Amino acid sequence: MTNDDKDIPRVEIIPEECKGCELCVTQCPKDCLYMSDKINQFGYNVACYTGESCTGCGICFYACPEPGTIKVFKK
Amino acid sequence: MGKILQKPTGFYDKFVRKPGTYDQVTHYCPGCGHGRIHKLIAEAMQNLEIGDQTVFISPVGCSVFAYYYFDCGNIQSAHGRAPAVGTGVARSNPHAITISYQGDGDLGAIGTSEIIHAANRGERMTIIFVNNGIYGMTGGQMAPTTLPGQITSTTPYGRDAATTGLPMKMCEIISQLDAPVYVERTAVTDAKGIMKTKRAITKALKSQKEGYGFSFVEILSACPIGWKMSANDSIKRIEEEMIPYFPLKTFKDEIADRTPRPVVPVAPSQEDVLKALGHDQKEEILFKNDKKFIDDFTTQKVRIAGFGGQGVLMAGTTLGMLGMELGLDVTWLPSYGPEMRGGTANCHVVLSNKEVGSPVVESPNVLIAMNEPSLVEFEPSVTPGGLVIVNSSVVVGKCKRSDVTVLEIPMTEIADSCGLKAAANMASISAYLAFSKVIEKDQLVTLIKAKFKKKSLIEQNVAVIEAAYKYVSDHVRG
Ligand SMILES: Cc1ncc(C[n+]2csc(CCOP(=O)(O)OP(=O)(O)O)c2C)c(N)n1
Ligand code: SF4
Ligand code: SF4
Ligand code: SF4
Repeated sequence: MTNDDKDIPRVEIIPEECKGCELCVTQCPKDCLYMSDKINQFGYNVACYTGESCTGCGICFYACPEPGTIKVFKK
Repeated sequence: MGKILQKPTGFYDKFVRKPGTYDQVTHYCPGCGHGRIHKLIAEAMQNLEIGDQTVFISPVGCSVFAYYYFDCGNIQSAHGRAPAVGTGVARSNPHAITISYQGDGDLGAIGTSEIIHAANRGERMTIIFVNNGIYGMTGGQMAPTTLPGQITSTTPYGRDAATTGLPMKMCEIISQLDAPVYVERTAVTDAKGIMKTKRAITKALKSQKEGYGFSFVEILSACPIGWKMSANDSIKRIEEEMIPYFPLKTFKDEIADRTPRPVVPVAPSQEDVLKALGHDQKEEILFKNDKKFIDDFTTQKVRIAGFGGQGVLMAGTTLGMLGMELGLDVTWLPSYGPEMRGGTANCHVVLSNKEVGSPVVESPNVLIAMNEPSLVEFEPSVTPGGLVIVNSSVVVGKCKRSDVTVLEIPMTEIADSCGLKAAANMASISAYLAFSKVIEKDQLVTLIKAKFKKKSLIEQNVAVIEAAYKYVSDHVRG
């Protein structure tokens, strides 16, 4: 990430905290999250950001049952 | 840079649940609605700045570990009892924000009585009622909220309304009561449902912060594991199956029409309590503190037993009061059947110059048996070398122990001869003190004169004491 990216809305997902429930993926209105093949310490496939078209709406943050797994940077 | 949505500060920085577990995730299953609801509560606590004021009560159920997560006061309560515990919290800390977080098994089954009455009293607390239609923690058994036909581990053919009733609609029930200020049902489903839930939680907590009473927020919530489906399918199930049965709406919102509940003094003052108990007169000090007496005192473990109505409990309190006035540590523990008269009764009394660990006297060194069954029952428990005092007016049988001292005292006759048959209990403790000499007769008399409730009977009781002492010196001490 460069300094210029800071104003662009985006999401960060901590893979080691993801339980692979897929709720964020289904509920993102922009389809910019996907389940990756990566498997974390708990043995779950983890959700990832495609890196594009996030509007910072925050829906995935509230969809995720884990306290801090998803961070959304709004504009 | 704009706003960042991240782990709310209503959560602890680290969750120290178990060594070795990752300290940022909860114990909930993937896709569990509890996690989503926790996040909304933690966020509301952050935004309303109430963390330092909040007491979160976790019940039994999957949310039993909530105290590992919320950065506030936490209490874990017995199954279904959170509203009762919350009542204690709210009453003793009128400025606390009390959250009772309960599952449907907890609130709608085992805890039905607690929730109804806390609501009816309008206790100052917020109920977060997580309705996932199932007992999650114990492996997916039927809950009162399980839908008709729903298959669970205890309804393998589907819930049958004919034998198990229909699902209980708790919002509908609670909102019928006058006291609650705010009752709403929401669902943590899609973004809209989650935002509505967030608003409802915030509204309830805010109204509590402002001093209003009881709020009830029911949240339809997924249990993908108990329902045996994916997290996404469980959201669909809430929308398609649960919401038609449990309509989402505000059932009651009277916040604007009410005034904040007055903060009542936490507890009556000591003076008020003493007055109510009739102890408001200055207590006179009966005996000078006698250090030598206390130092030399040998612990007495006394069991007094007889028919209900023979005054055995009062014999115990009299001994206890006497010990207390003399500066000893004392305990008194009654034990009796359900009958007010005629059943059996006994009490345990400990008098000691040290703190008493347990008030239970399993092996007394003094047994006072006022009737036959008491002698039979408790005789074997007396410690070797102990003292057994038998009311020989009533007891025909003999004590069979050879390793204890037995005194046979016709207590009822002694009392009768003083014109107060009912004072056999006074004869019993008098005989005990006369023989053991652990406390002086004058001290017993002083206590009776100062503390006996029925003033008109004091004289006769003192006569019984004198007669019992005389009997012991004439017959026992030869
Ligand atoms: C007094 C008592 N009875 C029964 C249990 C067993 N028990 C533990 S959790 C539970 C049901 C919890 O269901 P619910 O309240 O719906 O919460 P969930 O686990 O679904 O979140 C039961 C019956 C218990 N722990 N204590
Ligand atoms: S913030 Fe909104 S757009 Fe961005 S990933 Fe999350 S849900 Fe999708
Ligand atoms: S909602 Fe959270 S736990 Fe579930 S897949 Fe997305 S990031 Fe992982
Ligand atoms: S059993 Fe159900 S309610 Fe309990 S943690 Fe798992 S998904 Fe959540």
